Parts: sequence; C-alpha cells; structure tokens
Amino acid sequence: MKFKTFAAFVGPSVFMMLLFIAAPLVSVFIQSFQVTQPILEQIEVETCTPGFLTQTCTTEIKTVPVLDEAGKTVTATRWVGLQSYRNVLQMDKFWSAVGNGSWNQIMQIDFWKALRFTLSFTLLTLPLVIGVGLAIALAVNNATRSIRGPIIFISLLPFIITPVIGSLSIYWLFVGDGILTAMMERWSGQNISMFAQAWTIELLMYFYRVWHVAPFAFVIFYAGLQTVNMDTLESAVIDGASRWERLRHVIVPHLMPLIIFIALIHLMDCYRVFDEIVGFRSQAHVISLQWLTFDFMTPDDAGNRAMSRASASSMLTMIGIVLLLIMPLRRTWRDHKGSAH
Amino acid sequence: MFLKKIALAGVVSLLGSAAMACSYQNEVPVKSLSAGFEAWKAVTDAMAECGNFQAELDQEFRTKQPAAFEANPSLYQIGGVSNGTITPLLNAGTIRPLDDLVEKYGQNLSPNQLIRINGQIMAVAMMVNTQHLMYRSDILADLGIDTPTTWDEVYAAAEKIKEAGVVDYPLGATMKSGWNIAQEFVNMYPGHGGKFFNDDNTTAVNSDAGLASLETMKKALDYTDPEVLVSDSTYVQQQFQQGKIAMANLWASRAGAMNDEAESQVVGKVAMAAAPKAVADGAPATTLWWDGIVIAKNISDEEADAAFRLAMEGLDTEMVQGANDAAIWLVGGYEPTDIATGAIETATANPAPPAYPSTTQMGLLHTALGNELPAFLTGERDAAATLIAIEEAYTTSAKEAGVLK
Repeated sequence: MKFKTFAAFVGPSVFMMLLFIAAPLVSVFIQSFQVTQPILEQIEVETCTPGFLTQTCTTEIKTVPVLDEAGKTVTATRWVGLQSYRNVLQMDKFWSAVGNGSWNQIMQIDFWKALRFTLSFTLLTLPLVIGVGLAIALAVNNATRSIRGPIIFISLLPFIITPVIGSLSIYWLFVGDGILTAMMERWSGQNISMFAQAWTIELLMYFYRVWHVAPFAFVIFYAGLQTVNMDTLESAVIDGASRWERLRHVIVPHLMPLIIFIALIHLMDCYRVFDEIVGFRSQAHVISLQWLTFDFMTPDDAGNRAMSRASASSMLTMIGIVLLLIMPLRRTWRDHKGSAH
Repeated sequence: MFLKKIALAGVVSLLGSAAMACSYQNEVPVKSLSAGFEAWKAVTDAMAECGNFQAELDQEFRTKQPAAFEANPSLYQIGGVSNGTITPLLNAGTIRPLDDLVEKYGQNLSPNQLIRINGQIMAVAMMVNTQHLMYRSDILADLGIDTPTTWDEVYAAAEKIKEAGVVDYPLGATMKSGWNIAQEFVNMYPGHGGKFFNDDNTTAVNSDAGLASLETMKKALDYTDPEVLVSDSTYVQQQFQQGKIAMANLWASRAGAMNDEAESQVVGKVAMAAAPKAVADGAPATTLWWDGIVIAKNISDEEADAAFRLAMEGLDTEMVQGANDAAIWLVGGYEPTDIATGAIETATANPAPPAYPSTTQMGLLHTALGNELPAFLTGERDAAATLIAIEEAYTTSAKEAGVLK
C-alpha cells in the first residue's frame, strides 16, 4: 500500500486517539504530580435555619474559599512530586504491616485491599473464561447442524446485556430474600445472606463475570475451530489419538493465538473491574482499583474532590495493566518474530 | 372519531386544571434540579401547572448541582437543596441572595422558612427532615414494650422481639457503606456529646465519645439483617413495608410510604417517635435537616424573577393540602398528622439535636467515615484502630483540599 493511502486511512483514527486517549492521559499524568487547592479564609458566618415555630441562628467560624471579582473560586496549583502516590499507596503503613507479618493489617489499606481483589478477580476468571468459552465452542461444533443456530443464539445472550444492568440483576436475584436466595434457602433449610460477607460476594462476582464474558471467548473459538486442518485431525484419528489427545495436541495449539488474544482482552477488561462493585454495593467488603479512583473523584456534599489522588490512582492502574500484559505480549512478539523466519 | 373526542376531552380537562391550579401563566422557560423523593415530586408538579417548566428529579443531584450551577448561563434556574448540599453552592457563590424577590413574591412565606446567611436570604426552606424512631406499634403493644427513648431501650426491646420471633429482624438500619453509614455515626456521635472538629480544623472524633458511638452502633448488628452494610433508606423502607422489621431509625420523609396502600402491608401499624437518645439525659441522637429551594446566580434577572415566582407557586398552601403527608412541611396550611409526631418530638426535644453541621471539613470527614467504618462493623478492625484510621483518612484528604496545612 502506498504511504499516502495508508496515511489517509489511518490518519483520522490516529488523530482521534491522540485527542481522546493520549491528551487526557498526559493531563492525568501531570495532575498526579500537582495539587490544586482553593485559597481558603476563615470568616465568621451567622446561619439561621428553621426549627419548629422559630428559627435557630448560630454564629461560627467557617473555612470558605475566596472568590475573585468575577465570582470564581481562586485556586493555587503547586507541584507536590510523588506525594499523591504516597497518599494512595501508603507505603509506610504497608511496610509496618509487612513487618508485623499481618495480612489483615495490609488488607486495611484501601489500595492494597483493592489490588488484592483486582488481581484475584483478573487471574481467577481468566482460565475460567477461556475454559468455559472453549467448552461451549467444542459443544456447539459437535452439535447437530439443526440445533446449532438456537444454541449459538442462547449462548450469546449474556454478552449483549449491559454490564451494569447485568450486575444489578444478579444483585436483585440474590439480595435479602431474592428469588434465588429464597430457592437456596428452601433447598438447604438455612438462612442464607449472600451479601453479608466478602467471600460470597466475591464468588457471585466471579460467577457473574465468567457468565458475562464466556460468550465472547466462545464466538472467537468457534470461528477458530472452523479453520482447524481436517487432514491433521484425520491422521491423528488414524494414529489412534483419543478425543482428549486430539484436543491437547491438535486443536489447542491451533487456537493458541486466539487464546492469547482473549487473554489480553480479558486482562485489560478485568483489571478495570467496576460495574460489579457498584452493582453489588460491595464497598463494605470488596473494592477494586477502578472503584477507588472513582471514589476519589466523586465530590462529597461540600463539593470536595480528591483529584490528585484520583490521578495518581488511575496512573497506578495503568501501570498495573501494562505489567500484566507484558507476559502474553512478549510471547506474541516472539511468535511473530519466529514466524517471520 | 371516538379516540379523537377522548383526546380532545383530555386536552381540555388538562388545560382546565392547569388554569385552575396556577394563578398565572408562566412565560419564561424554567428548569429545576432537585432530589427525587415524594415531597419534591409534589412541589415540582405544582410548579409545572403554570407551564414552561421542566423538573429534573434525581437522587444524584448532589454531584451534578455544583457544576451545573457554575456554568454561565446556569443549566438550571431553580435548585432543590438541603442544608447538607447547599455548602458547595454557597462556597462557589453560584446562588443569588433572594431578599428583593422575597419582598416581591414571598408574602405567604413565614420568617421561619427564610435561610439567612450573614443576614442575607440565600434559600427558602420548605420542609424539615430528620432520622427518627419508626416502630411497629402493634408488635410493641403485643409484647408489652413501652416506646423506647434511648438506644439501650431500643436494644432491650429488640431482644424481646427477637425472642418472640414475630419478624425476620427486630431492627433495620441505613448502614450502606459510604454516605449512609457515615450519617449513622454523625447522628450518634453528637448524641454521646462528641464534637467533630478542634479549632485548628483537625478532627476530634478519636475520643471517648467516638468509642462510645462505635460501640452503640455495633450492638445494632445483633438485631439487624446480616446484609445491613448494603441497605440504604429505600431498602429499610421496603423492609418495613413488607413486615420484615419492627423498628428503625429512619428518615421522616419515608414515613408517608408506610401508609401507602399500593406498596405497604403494614398500613396504620407503623408509629413514629423521637429519635432514641444515646445517653439518658442527652439530646436525641440524630441531626436536623431542611430541604428548600435556591435560585442560580448566573441567569438574567427576568429569569430569576420568573423562577422565584414559579417556586412560590409550587410552595403554596394548595400544594401542601394535596400532599400533606409527603413531608414535615414548613409551608402554611400544613396539618401535622400522626406520622409527624416523631419528627416534631425530635426537633422540639430539650436539649435539641444539632442541625447537620455542613462545612467543607464535614464533607471530607463524612467521606472518611463512610470509607473506614465498614471495616469496624465487619469485625476486621477494632474500635480504637478504626478511629485512628478515620483520623488519618481525614487528615490526608484535608491536606489535599488545603483545609489543613
């Protein structure tokens, strides 16, 4: 392809990526080293609020921001180096907890608590998604042609549900005396509260995510299965290879690039787990890194936002994703270079 | 033809009612942003009758309002606020003093409704709200329990109800992690005589009153639903309506729903009393809130004029008479019924509970409380360590916000 044609095709996309991805990223990166504060002053304020029949007035010293002539809040921005990162990571607390050998103490620090969950969530659901996706794909591939269409349709349904809606549905099915909890209670004869402790909530989250994402893996694998070399498979049958051996030595190696592709996408998506936390209202028991960033950014009733810590936290999330992706990416790179020879 | 007639009849009757309900025709387009509970629905419906009015009822209004009012021109002319959410608007100077407008249109307002900051009227209150004790009067009467007035009595009553096994859980509580659970502490702590801040803006929650508050809160867990850390006001209201709980310290604005026959299985069985006291001779362990309207600063004077006139139409006696039990109204014409007794007893108690102390620092402390308290209630951390964690979390965010040096 001529360079000019190439540039014409790629140009708009590169421009959009620079504008909507690179530029915000740079701005967040810069903000993570800055703190922007309003200039505050302490003034005496008399506030009268309603009671019954009469008002109560109180006079107190309040700390309020200074406004300029145009009525805008006067703010000052200064460079604070790694202070925001220190505030998020709380390394001093972390090391003293490590010194005490207390896992429980480490889990009291928001960032490490969130990291623990995010990593277990990402790494535990990964093999499950690939396994379940492959199993569905093999099942569909071996099913009679007449029922294949309906099976594909039904297995794809979870994937088209909006994640927030999906997690809210699961929450409503299980919370309190939700339909499914009530059913489980009838079977077991015990009072079950799925949202009362961390491990049951986590279990539901894993279950929900695998249910939601497995169809994606299925579609990719199913497409891959159509390209398996039939000659190789037939010769394997003639050589007396069992169904398992054929899967292990012919099909899986053939699908390997697709498995890596799904692993990459899944790692990136799962490390940003957020919908489940909000949908399940699990903040008391389980939090994720992305939720932590969101929590820093959410203004409180007085309008304060911790933008610097939010920026630092999202930079840390990005670093985490890059570290996670290095392994599978290096493999792809090696394969890519290998095949060139 | 028939359909056409019906449609025409509908339009005519709508026009008729609009003309009847509103004393004038509003010509200037006005928009409002407020919370979404029953009282706001009544007020905005009354305003809509004058025409050219669009209401946005959104429980997330608190995160939207500061930015929407800072825009020039402001995205909304009228804002619905509470004493907790007016602070960012006051701090940013995005709402206007209402003295001249009150003089022009506010003949029917009582002086009690005018929220004055340094002498200037900055908001007009329409209702008061507070968390108070709601209980199943039938169950307490059956078991021969007097109405509890302190938290110790509440727990004693809960113990009896638990033994009798008449409901799933004796107590309900709005302890959802975050804002709700923090509010429970903010209710309890002044009840134990604690103060939130020292003079230098550092927090004073790490104190004996703090420890006592945490202990009182934790006792509730013996009697509540094990999933209490995900339950907010709506959830507790539903537990009441479905007859699953017998007592809760719940918002007065939720009281009307107990007698809503479409939703509630306990119509007429839920009574209201003053919020329980934390210590026998103290104030009820709760905070007082008001809800009301503000007018944006970044709009033209004509718009402000029209918006305020419209708001006064929404806050008139006619509206209150149509929705008497939706709130504890401050508007003239309100007839307190049985469901208002709890709130009135709470507010008129001596000593009286404090108003929610809304300040920049309080916003930061509220967030710190909401994030750190759950670990105490799940048992991962003891009370002393939790108070230290709250103090540290507050200090970090207060430094970032510039409140502490």
